[in-house]
Order: sequence, then C-alpha cells, then structure tokens
Amino acid sequence: MIELSFREAIREAMREEMRRDSNIFLIGTDVGPYGGEFRVSGNLHSEFGEWRVKDTPISEQGIIGLSLGAAVTGCRPIAEIPFNDFIAMAMDQIVNQVAKFRYTFGGQCIVPMVIRTAIGGYIRAAEQHSQCLEAWFCHVPGLKVVAPSTPYDVKGLLKSSIRDNNPVIFIEHKFMYPMKGMVPEEDYTIPLGVADIKKEGKDVTLISYSYLIHKCLNVAKKLEEEGISVEVVDPRTLVPMDKNTILNSVKKTGRVVIAHEAHLRGGIGAEIAAIIADEGFEYLDAPIKRVAAKDAPIPFPSVLEDVVLPQETDIEKAIKETL
Amino acid sequence: MDEDISRDLMLSMYEGMLKIRLFEQTQSKVYVVEQEGFTHLYIGEEAIATGVCHNLNKDDYITSTHRGHGHMIAKGGDMKRMMAELYGRVDGYCKGKSGSLHIADFSIGVLGANGIVSAGIPIASGAAYSAKLRGTKQVAVAFFGDGATTQGCFHEGVNMAAAFDLPAVFIIENNMYLVGTRFDRVCKVCDNLASKAAGYGIPGFNIDGNDVVEVYKTSKEAIERARNGKGPTLINCFTYRHHTHFEGDLDVRDKQEVAYWMDRDPIKRMEERLLKEKIINEAGVKNYRGKVQKMVDEAVDFARKSPKPAPEVAFEDVYAE
Repeated sequence: MIELSFREAIREAMREEMRRDSNIFLIGTDVGPYGGEFRVSGNLHSEFGEWRVKDTPISEQGIIGLSLGAAVTGCRPIAEIPFNDFIAMAMDQIVNQVAKFRYTFGGQCIVPMVIRTAIGGYIRAAEQHSQCLEAWFCHVPGLKVVAPSTPYDVKGLLKSSIRDNNPVIFIEHKFMYPMKGMVPEEDYTIPLGVADIKKEGKDVTLISYSYLIHKCLNVAKKLEEEGISVEVVDPRTLVPMDKNTILNSVKKTGRVVIAHEAHLRGGIGAEIAAIIADEGFEYLDAPIKRVAAKDAPIPFPSVLEDVVLPQETDIEKAIKETL
Repeated sequence: MDEDISRDLMLSMYEGMLKIRLFEQTQSKVYVVEQEGFTHLYIGEEAIATGVCHNLNKDDYITSTHRGHGHMIAKGGDMKRMMAELYGRVDGYCKGKSGSLHIADFSIGVLGANGIVSAGIPIASGAAYSAKLRGTKQVAVAFFGDGATTQGCFHEGVNMAAAFDLPAVFIIENNMYLVGTRFDRVCKVCDNLASKAAGYGIPGFNIDGNDVVEVYKTSKEAIERARNGKGPTLINCFTYRHHTHFEGDLDVRDKQEVAYWMDRDPIKRMEERLLKEKIINEAGVKNYRGKVQKMVDEAVDFARKSPKPAPEVAFEDVYAE
C-alpha cells in the first residue's frame, strides 16, 4: 500500500491506463505543461506528449464535441472540465450528442469517453464556481455517473470508467484533491454500480457521496460515543446505482438519512428517497430525511456559505429526528 | 470538356446527383401517406454532397445535418436500408429508431445526421483528431448550413481544427434561409461566409454550390490539403433548396427568387453540359433516370416489406456492454 492524495490517485489512474492503451488521451484547458487547473494532470504531458495530453482553447462545447468525434472513431478520450459549473456551456454535446449517439444510431457505435469534472463548495469561490450539478446528468439516459469519495475509490473507479464502453461523467470534488488515503501499489479496478459501506452500524442508514461522506463519517464517530450506531453507505456510482446495498441497509436499520452537498430540490437524494419509499417501505420505522444545500445560490463569504451548504450539525440533527 | 475531369467522373457525378434527386422526390410522395414524423429534403443541393464525396474514400468521415439523405447517398449509403429507416422499420440503418432525422452508417464513415444545428462540426474535428492521433491519412468533412455559422459549435469546432492543423474540411451549404427567415437579415456576411475563415487563419472559398464540377475541384484541393497535414479549409457553397425547410411547411420565399434558382438547378445544368459536350445523348439521360428510379422503387418496396420494430427495441442500446 502507498499513500496518495485524491488528485495523485486520479493522475496515476490516468497514467496507468494511458500506458496500457495508446488510444486514450486527456484533453482540456490547461491540462498540458501547466499541469491542470487543480494540478491533477501534473507531469502527464512530459511523459505522453502533446497529442495525448492536449491543451485546448476555452471551448467546452467544442472540447466535448471533439472528444465525442474521437470516441466514435477508435479513441478513448478523457475530457477535463475543471469546474462543473462550466459544464453548462457543453450541455448540448453531453445531453443531445454523447448520451444519445449509440441509441439513436441503432447501436452502430460505442462512446467510450470520460468527462472528468469537479463539483463543490466550502472554498468560498462564490455562486458560479461552487455548485454540485451531478443530478443533471443522472436524469439523462445513456450516461453513467460516478462520484468517488476516497483516493482508493477514485483510482479504481476511474480506471473502470476509462475502460467502460459508455460515456461516464466522473465527478471529483475540489476540496478532496489534497486529501490523502491508502491505495494498493498493484493494478486494481473497482466496478461501477457497486456501493461501499464506509462504516457499519445498526440504528440509522446514512447515505452520502463525494466530499460529504467525510462529514458523515465525523458525525457517525461522534454519535457512536452517544450510543447511536450509524451505518454510512457510499453508493460511489450514482448511475447505475446499487439499490440492493442501500435497501439491505435500510432493512437492517429501519431509518434513513440521505445527505448530499447538492441542492435539496431535485437532488439525487430525492431519487434515492423515492426508491426506498417504493421498494423498502415495509422496512421504514420513520420518515426518510434529507440533508442538502438550501435552495439558494451559494454565496461567497464563509458566514453565508456555511448557512447554505450542509454542515455536520445538520447531519446530526437529521439523524436524531429519525430516532 | 475539362481536362481535369474525365468522362467517367462526369457521368458518375451526374448519376450521383440523380440518385439523391429521385430518392428525395419519391420520399416526398411516400412520406405524406406512409411515414410518421418529419422529413427535410435535399432537393436542389445535390451538387454539394456529390461533388465533395467524390473526393472521399470509404474510410473518410463525414458529419451531416437534419437535411442528411443527400450526404448519406453521396457517401455510398444503401438506399434500401435508408428508406426502411425513414419508414421506421427494423431493417433500417438505426433499427427504425430514428427515421429521417438521424440517418447514419458508421461502416462508411457517416457519423450520423444531427438534429442539432452545428453540433456535427466539433464532432468532425474530433474524428480528424482521432485520425491524426492514430496516424492514419483519413479526413473528416463537416456539412452544415448557413444557419450553423452563427452557432458556438461552428466557432469552437473550426477554431480547434485550425489551431491543431487537423485533417478536416468544413462545407457550408448556403441556401440563404433558416427555416423561413432569409439569412442576410441576421448576418452581415451571408454573401461572403468564406471571409470567416480568415478569423481562424485558414483558407476560405465562396463557390457556386450548384456546379458539381466546381464543388468537386475546390473540395479536392481542400481534402488533399487536409490529408497532407496542411490543416482545414472553409468552403461556402451557394445553393438553394427547392422544397421548404421541412415537408409540409409553407413557402414564404419570394416567387421570383425561387424561379431564379430553379433555373440554376444543378442537375439541369449538368444534363445540359453532358449533352453539349456529347458525353451523353437524350436516350442516355432517359436511361440513367430510369435505372436510378428503379433503384429507388426497389428501396421503397424493401421498406414497405420490412417489419416494424418490436417494443423491446425501445430499450436496446441505451448502454453498451
């Protein structure tokens, strides 16, 4: 085992895959010699050169469209859109093109591409640089959506996402890039669509993903001392989602809190809650609770941002409401 | 006769244009009675797809538009599988799932007719990037209309192809109309769209899009330039569609303007030229037309006999294995 940061784990996953398959390339603004806006690509350019680590102009729509054209003609592109807020510029190419090419053309092509993008706030970057928009992509058939929370998960899942013959929206989190974790030295992958129980418990199921998992684990640790046993479930992949692990946990505990950093209204928590209410109704001993960002844009100063974004106290309060 | 253009090439391009014309005219008749949805016909613009695609190999790529039947036929598409797709039948190119708007044949490099204006432009740049990365000599051609030149994807797709010297060619099918709005009401350089090329540092040409020989020659140079690593070219082809934007729409265009362009019909001009240069005679014209119409009629027959897709087909290919 070796200790890697979240960003290093991403870089090493890309490096290993790019060494294995010469048709894989990384493309995006500032991914080349500069090393990436979040320092993820690092020295990949010096190893792989200009055509496999390609700097682009600021052209999100064009970057995704170009990646699609390459993906349906024998390549496996990894497109980087550093702030997921900018992904709005590329929505036609993602939703109407990338997601639909295989289906629309009757299975004549595969679209083996990954779009890597970072969500998240808590960094005081203001309204247009702090959002969590993963729910948008969960709503589009044809896309897969992956949101890992640890260096171990991110490396294994990115490798699987690159090898997947479908378009994957790979959700990273700005705040997690420097976070460290243990990662096997040997080659490994983690399959998409498999959840991970980050902490076992028996009183309440706490479902979360991405950076908020870490706040959830802090809360679970604190509540353990109060005699409340929280099971923290990390779906890791949002589409396709591992319903079975979630429902089995609810069956065990009878109580659910779903926590995500994205806005409450229409967030993926609503989808998970609906699934549990439909398929796990008999297991429930309390209403399903959701913790999420309030439905307001995310303001800049900490005094306001911390009111809009979910905090550990919000998670703790929701758990206690189910008991 | 043009020394650069052989008799065989002239006849091949003539037949190519006829294939599109007669397919589309037949489609115009059967669509109303026997098909669902919408259809957008290429009648009047045949010289562009035909002239360009006569310079392309089977493994070169093209991206196409909502008006995509012409590109598909010009690239070597199978009329039977095309018509079956238009009828929404299971033997169609896309299992009947997409119809007229999304005709595609990836095995001959047709990367799909796109229903979003300009979306195919960066996709063509991507196919060109792929060729460059894999070290092949393939070229990608993007077909799109005058209306696409005001979209962001045009700007981004052309700029990147230019900046990266990608083996791409960009063909504007300038029929001067959006759905029903004359393009010069919303763009100051409708008459000189080639001038946009300078903004990307690439060559640009304004040509008579209804002269298949001129289209052939100009696109030949552009395609060779691309194939030899010299980067992309922008070609603005003036043309006119004979029908409305979609079949069944009201034609709001000036009647005199329509008559002016009908007179400049690319097939009429080619027939006149072939007769004048004695490459063909009247009987030959009749022969070609008869032969092509028979192909089209067989395609309609094939489509009518093809079954409709079963309900399960609606859930196939959402994801790949």
